[in-house]
Amino acid sequence: MKAIFKTVALALLTMAVFAVPSFAGDTIKIGIGGVISGDLAPYGISSVRGAEIAVEDINAKGGILGKQVELLIGDDVCKAEIAVNMAIKLVSDGAQMIVGHVCSSCTIAANKIYKDAGLIVVSPASTNDDLTLKGEHPNFFRTISYDGAQADLMTSFAKNTLKAKKVALLHDKGDYGKGQMDLARKYFEKLGGVEIVLFEGVTTGAVDFSAIVQKVKRSKADLTMWGGYHSDASKILSLLKKKRVKTTFFGGDGIYGSEFVALAGKYGEGVYATGPNDTSNNPLFKATTAKHQKKYNEDPGTFFMSAYAAVQSLAAAAEKAGSLDFDKMKAALISNKVETPLGKIGFDKRGDVIGAGFSVYQVSDGKYVQVN
Amino acid sequence: MFRSIEFINMRLLKIILGITAVGIPGFFGIKEIIADPVYFMELFLGGLTRGSIYALIALGYTMVYGIIQLINFAHGEIYMIGAMTALIVASVLGLWGWNSAVIAILAFVFAIVYSCAYGFTVEKIAYKPLRNAPRLSALISAIGMSLFLQNYVMLAQTPNFLPFESLIPDFEFWEPFAHIITAVEMTIIVTTVITMILLGILIKFTKIGKAMRATAQDKVMASLVGINVNNVISTTFVVGSATAAIGGVLIACHVGQINFFIGFLAGLKAFIAAVLGGIGSVPGAVLGSLVLGISESLFTGYFWSEYEDVFAFTILVIILIFRPSGILGKHEISKV
Repeated sequence: MKAIFKTVALALLTMAVFAVPSFAGDTIKIGIGGVISGDLAPYGISSVRGAEIAVEDINAKGGILGKQVELLIGDDVCKAEIAVNMAIKLVSDGAQMIVGHVCSSCTIAANKIYKDAGLIVVSPASTNDDLTLKGEHPNFFRTISYDGAQADLMTSFAKNTLKAKKVALLHDKGDYGKGQMDLARKYFEKLGGVEIVLFEGVTTGAVDFSAIVQKVKRSKADLTMWGGYHSDASKILSLLKKKRVKTTFFGGDGIYGSEFVALAGKYGEGVYATGPNDTSNNPLFKATTAKHQKKYNEDPGTFFMSAYAAVQSLAAAAEKAGSLDFDKMKAALISNKVETPLGKIGFDKRGDVIGAGFSVYQVSDGKYVQVN
Repeated sequence: MFRSIEFINMRLLKIILGITAVGIPGFFGIKEIIADPVYFMELFLGGLTRGSIYALIALGYTMVYGIIQLINFAHGEIYMIGAMTALIVASVLGLWGWNSAVIAILAFVFAIVYSCAYGFTVEKIAYKPLRNAPRLSALISAIGMSLFLQNYVMLAQTPNFLPFESLIPDFEFWEPFAHIITAVEMTIIVTTVITMILLGILIKFTKIGKAMRATAQDKVMASLVGINVNNVISTTFVVGSATAAIGGVLIACHVGQINFFIGFLAGLKAFIAAVLGGIGSVPGAVLGSLVLGISESLFTGYFWSEYEDVFAFTILVIILIFRPSGILGKHEISKV
């Protein structure tokens, strides 16, 4: 009985979504591939709410190209096969731009439909590397950093700014630390021109790291990258300095923070680290948070801001292009910079966000200072 | 425990010969060493430092075991308390702007005094009432004490890592050698050697040392000839705690940070070293620590640091297969 009730409820819900009347030409329709039910609903709902509030804000300011914006909400339950059906429905209902999906698998599956229909897709949440890096999804953009973004940023900064030739990659054998260094190795190999002379894991919390430090010295690495947390990092770093090893130390967001600076003390000076961009002081961030608070009486969820930014980017690109033509929209998205709650963001040619995500910081006078 | 001292020279010689002749070349080939002798030296000295650290902690385990056949699991925490005390004293005196040499000496003294007090008290509270209880009860009591001390320091101080400003300066005269072995590492090795010599003298030539050896051999008989066994046991805990405190402060200087949990891993490794050398034997603990430290360092240097611990435990297993009571341990049937 319960199952039947659920099915009926789901059917009604889907019908309600699809029953949105289409008045071609009167409104601009943005389809959103959300997740409203299932395990991942909390994530999907945050993105739907982000899009809704963004659309309200845009409509209050007069809409896009003088037309009011209408949101078509779909639910893919984070299942690729449902996502394809949902995409077909959105397209046939006349969606002109797409925000979504949340799950990478859904985005990859559904994007074939959107690509054939000539629709621009901006995802607030799909982080899978292949979406942008393989070049198979020319209509795809995203307002969130891809999985390898941090490793990509670290490796390209190491090669281009630090001019590293030989790199030692150390990690703490954990999922986070080793995962980060595995990605870094992959990106270094892709970049070329940088030799990985050492790739080693250490025991976290060990009383002594001098053997691994001697190994780094012997490898003559001019850059040492660390995947792991701040405590082991500062032990290794201080030994490197005490043993007069000439190598630059560079870590991920595991060592970005005041704890590391306090622990490493004088040895911390000059250390590089990547860390997430700080957006909490952004006035737009504060304003949209307040709107969400007012409407739902709780703090915004994970993808709220990136979905808000996705709708903003689409709207701004359409305004700039002067039409919804695919090529013009795409060019506008790439050339445009938009003021969003995530900061001033744009997109690169692959479709990845610029300006949101991670930055490189360096310790200077006992504080992390942004350097890129 | 201390009987083996008489035989140490012959046995030690055999073992060192055995390790150098079979072990090292067997593991990575003499060619590597000749190709880059400086690198080998660096690794060897690094291993010596690490072994010295283990030895300072392992002594406490082995001495206590030798006398009352108890594995004092709270020993790692005594080491941690030593480091914590030094940090607190050094920070306070540093605020008052005292001379750094005075601060270093006072920090060491306070660390030793505090750790000794803790070691003494732990024995009186957790082990003395259980002296005639089954060994397992005392073992559980030791684990409980260890957890209690960890959590007590965590609540009284902080769960975070604290930066530990090195009390030992980078001596200027040492600068030419600093790339091979740092001033702190050198200090660790020298301090350990001095501590070992003093301890050897204490055990071999003093009255209390004689009493300790007697108690280790036979508690009842020792008390019958007028030795105050309780005092001897307390002294053993105090001496063991003092060496642990020295180790704690030195390692904190070496790695530059401490928290409430550092005693766990250090204590575990030192315990392994003590078992490796033959728990209950003082020279065994030192030898076991050096073997463990040096082989770990060389393994990391020539192979993969990922498997450093795997290697350490493999050595332990192999040695215990051939010598179930450790390298220098005397054979006995035990239940723990």
